[in-house]
Amino acid sequence: MNPLNITDDDLHAYVDGALTAERRAGVEAWLAGHPEDAERVRAYQAQNLAIRTLFDPVLDEPLPDNLHALTVQPMKATVDAKKRPILKLLPLQRLAAGLLVAMVGGIGGWLAHGQYQSSERLALAVPLSRQAAVAHVVYSPDARRPVEVTADQEEALVKWLSKRLGTPVHPPKLGALGYELVGGRLLPGHAGPVAQFMYQDGSGQRMTLYVTTENAGKPETGFRFAREGQVNVFYWVEGKFGYALSAGIAKGELAKVATAVYDQLEAK
Amino acid sequence: MDSRTILAELPRLRRYARAMLGDRAAADDLVQDTLERAWSRFAQWRPGSDLRAWLFGIMHNLRVDQLRRGGLSTHSLDEEAGEVPTRATQADRLEVMDIESALRQLPDEQREVLLCVALEEMSYAEVAAALGIPLGTVMSRLARGRERLRLIMEGRPPTANLRVVR
Repeated sequence: MNPLNITDDDLHAYVDGALTAERRAGVEAWLAGHPEDAERVRAYQAQNLAIRTLFDPVLDEPLPDNLHALTVQPMKATVDAKKRPILKLLPLQRLAAGLLVAMVGGIGGWLAHGQYQSSERLALAVPLSRQAAVAHVVYSPDARRPVEVTADQEEALVKWLSKRLGTPVHPPKLGALGYELVGGRLLPGHAGPVAQFMYQDGSGQRMTLYVTTENAGKPETGFRFAREGQVNVFYWVEGKFGYALSAGIAKGELAKVATAVYDQLEAK
Repeated sequence: MDSRTILAELPRLRRYARAMLGDRAAADDLVQDTLERAWSRFAQWRPGSDLRAWLFGIMHNLRVDQLRRGGLSTHSLDEEAGEVPTRATQADRLEVMDIESALRQLPDEQREVLLCVALEEMSYAEVAAALGIPLGTVMSRLARGRERLRLIMEGRPPTANLRVVR
């Protein structure tokens, strides 16, 4: 009664659509003559369907920010599993802590660079774009507190950030390009404070300008472009400042804004 | 392994973790841990190999570690013993809800294999590779899990002497 030697494994493979057409026909013939097995197979098929029906909606849920941020490779040593329980804070604080570690981790790359100082200057600048992109993905999705000081206190913001960076910094005005200042915040850099200004357009699209003074004494560079995950970054070194403009918008549009930023800073 | 390929895998990792753990926050924590570990080891990933299987393997190992440490809050079977689901034939929705509580009553290793097959639609060989178990073990866990689930759904809670036909 079982010429094809139908086994229990075959019944499961039938349920999962993993059989060849010939074998499938064999199982169907078997099931026609064995109602108990047929009932079992029907129940297993119903399980598959119910499981997918129940959990498929998760596929369409928006990704939480902390997971989205992790689609970009963190710098080395972002994770120290043993330290995790200490970091069981708010998700954002956890991320900010990870960011801090990431930036410290960047020093390793920086030191390595020192060994071939004379060669590629690009290696110098890559950490800047990466740092800026990480800071962008951490803070720009934050609906409630994207900045520490909002634009309605721009004067206080400029004063505070200038004081902390030890040199005057000003957020460029990008209203003509559709981007209004949301505010700014202070971030940890490699060895000291870094400023981040955040802008937003009418559709809620956010853009951040990352300003560091840690490039003092480093050679100036022209515009450079980097794509860090979903984020496009234009960055350059000018005088004692390193700048990086990050947004999840097309390269061309970002280039326009970057040029405007550059021109305004140049004029100062 | 770059951002776009990771991003493409994320929804499925979340779906699987949710089905595995039931709890949304715990599931997303597990996904986060998985990504962090993946990045810290991504030098070990061979480009061109199956990223999904690799990520599922990492998630599986993390879960094993967690269970070993006993750090996870797990449902006790006793708590749910009083509310054995009855079979729902009238409404699919009811059946779907039943299956969620029935899934919770499966041993971890059976639920894991069943979800890889039913939800992730992995081949049996892929499941074996991702979980690091022999193919025969995949088949026996799948068979036990499905049968147990069926009995629970039919309001016949499986007993210890359940005979599994192989």
